[in-house]
Amino acid sequence: MSDKVHLDRDHGQHLLREMLRIRRFEAKCVELYQAQKIRGFLHLYDGEEAVAVGVMQALDARDAVVSTYRDHGHALARGVDMGSLVAEMYGKVEGCSRGRGGSMHFFDRAKRFYGGNAIVGGGLPLAVGIALADKELRAGAVTVCFFGEGAAGEGEFHESLNLAELWKLPVLFVCENNLYAMGVPLEEAEAETDIYRKAAAYRTPAEKVDGMDPIAVEAAARRAAASIRSGNGPYFLECRTYRFRAHSMFDAQLYRTKEEVELWKKRDPLPRLQTWLVENNMLSEEELRRMESEIDAEIVAAVAFAEAGQWEAIEDLERFVLMDEAPE
Amino acid sequence: MNAEKGTAAPLRMTYREACRQAIREALAGDPKTFIMGEDVGLYGGCYAVTKGLLEEFGPMRVRDTPLAESAFVGAGIGAALAGMRPIVEIMTCNFSLLALDQILNNAATISHMSGGQFAVPLVIRMATGAGRQLAAQHSHSLEGWYAHIPGLKVLAPATVEDARYMLKAALNDPNPVLIFEHIVLYNAEGELDPSVTAVDISTAKVRRPGRAVTILAYGNSLPKALQAADELARDGIDAEVIDLRVLRPLDNATIFQSVTKTRRCVIVDEGWKSGSISAEIAARLSEDLFFELDAPIRRICSREAPIPYAAHLEAAALPQMPHIVDAARRLVRPA
Repeated sequence: MSDKVHLDRDHGQHLLREMLRIRRFEAKCVELYQAQKIRGFLHLYDGEEAVAVGVMQALDARDAVVSTYRDHGHALARGVDMGSLVAEMYGKVEGCSRGRGGSMHFFDRAKRFYGGNAIVGGGLPLAVGIALADKELRAGAVTVCFFGEGAAGEGEFHESLNLAELWKLPVLFVCENNLYAMGVPLEEAEAETDIYRKAAAYRTPAEKVDGMDPIAVEAAARRAAASIRSGNGPYFLECRTYRFRAHSMFDAQLYRTKEEVELWKKRDPLPRLQTWLVENNMLSEEELRRMESEIDAEIVAAVAFAEAGQWEAIEDLERFVLMDEAPE
Repeated sequence: MNAEKGTAAPLRMTYREACRQAIREALAGDPKTFIMGEDVGLYGGCYAVTKGLLEEFGPMRVRDTPLAESAFVGAGIGAALAGMRPIVEIMTCNFSLLALDQILNNAATISHMSGGQFAVPLVIRMATGAGRQLAAQHSHSLEGWYAHIPGLKVLAPATVEDARYMLKAALNDPNPVLIFEHIVLYNAEGELDPSVTAVDISTAKVRRPGRAVTILAYGNSLPKALQAADELARDGIDAEVIDLRVLRPLDNATIFQSVTKTRRCVIVDEGWKSGSISAEIAARLSEDLFFELDAPIRRICSREAPIPYAAHLEAAALPQMPHIVDAARRLVRPA
């Protein structure tokens, strides 16, 4: 896998398509939430798509992903089947976690997608351990660990960065710094607001990246993955980004101004990339319309799959609390 | 070693040595097994359980960790998820609270929450219990707490045989298994029957058969219960002593069978009485065996205070042999 971005017509359109899939999928999630098809907490990724899509370009099938409760974008960009995600949020047995996890807990063994983890910072030690195993069992594999900047307040963040560097483990830490930990602004929570500097203090190569630019993220992720795969130990990316919607569906957004949100929307990675591709003759109107209609068809099929799904039998409620054997 | 069945002489060793041999066997037998924790390598283990293993297996298999319980327990979970069979040592169960997030929110939940896609075949060993004047931050018995949690298995080896062989069974189990080793037992000696090379981690065991009263115990309360039974025997009371061994899942069948026979039960538990594993067992007996009982269930637990340093206070805080004798005698011969 190359450590450079080759932004040809196909790749440019691929990046746009992947971001658009997430954006449109989540618009449907809001509808389904309002229709009470989806319940519980729903954390949307709108605005942050460039991070998941950019990072995933540097991964291949052997790699592992550890995600957070805001996991829709990561799962889709990793290639987890969209129908299994909608079914999961419906609570159906066809869901990617059999309906036991919901929006915050997507899992997919085949994609090495180790969860949607909803304890802030709790995924970092897992990623360190997966990388420890991979160093023995899967040469060259990288574990990507996503977390928000709120995780930097947790002890597990510091413990994990130290351990990963100390043992030179193949972890790519990706901090999605969207400037608010729920409603707490970055500068109210962190004495050092440049999160990547904390990683640098553990001697881990660390960069601050424009998280609103998928190409910048991809370039950084490829640099990072190449360094990790060549045995140099972990790498840390702080992607500066912004969530356009509320923290969850229960958030009046009293902690930020409409003006601030509008300012960030001017940096929305989707129209930016789309315009750039059109201006550079890498995307025609017809191609864009086809892309949109293909994505819409995928979403329609995913919702239909969830609608047709079954409820898990209540007798199976305690199944998998204890396993009979470890899956191969 | 003379391995011929039935004829070999029993091996005498300490509980500590049995733990060490179990870890050594696990490391030698499976390249996917490694041990990590604070001071397990160069220092040889806080309680000297892992002494010599670093020299034998090297720093990749015997990993000293920073003082970062949450990260190294979580790393054990991650490594187990990705195909390894790790052993994590936590110096004492009081320190395990720093890793409680990982143990409860990850180890115990991921197989269920992922719909069975992932298993966490992880063993966490930790020292538990009081009796060495280590005061309130190194002496507690938290195994009953962990036994509250679905998704975990909780073991409490009380004999040299269980110290020697429970680890193997735990590593063969696809679930997270917590092993609580009592600090007072490390120096205890016992005999290993050379014909035994494995134990189960699903049953309680009758350590002394009897008919008059059942005494349920585990960990360092087991030797106290057995001494109490000897004392009661001198008084003509024939007590049955059961070693619980496995605190989750509890072996209802063995417990119920014994209490159905004796119709009286004393539960000995070094945890605090309120909300303890002894409370759970007493509740099960009263729910399911109420009409078999001839007397109230009695519990001998630690006093409801942080374990104090001073020797006389510490001794007074813990279940002791005379308390067990007294409780059992009153059940059999009410005044």
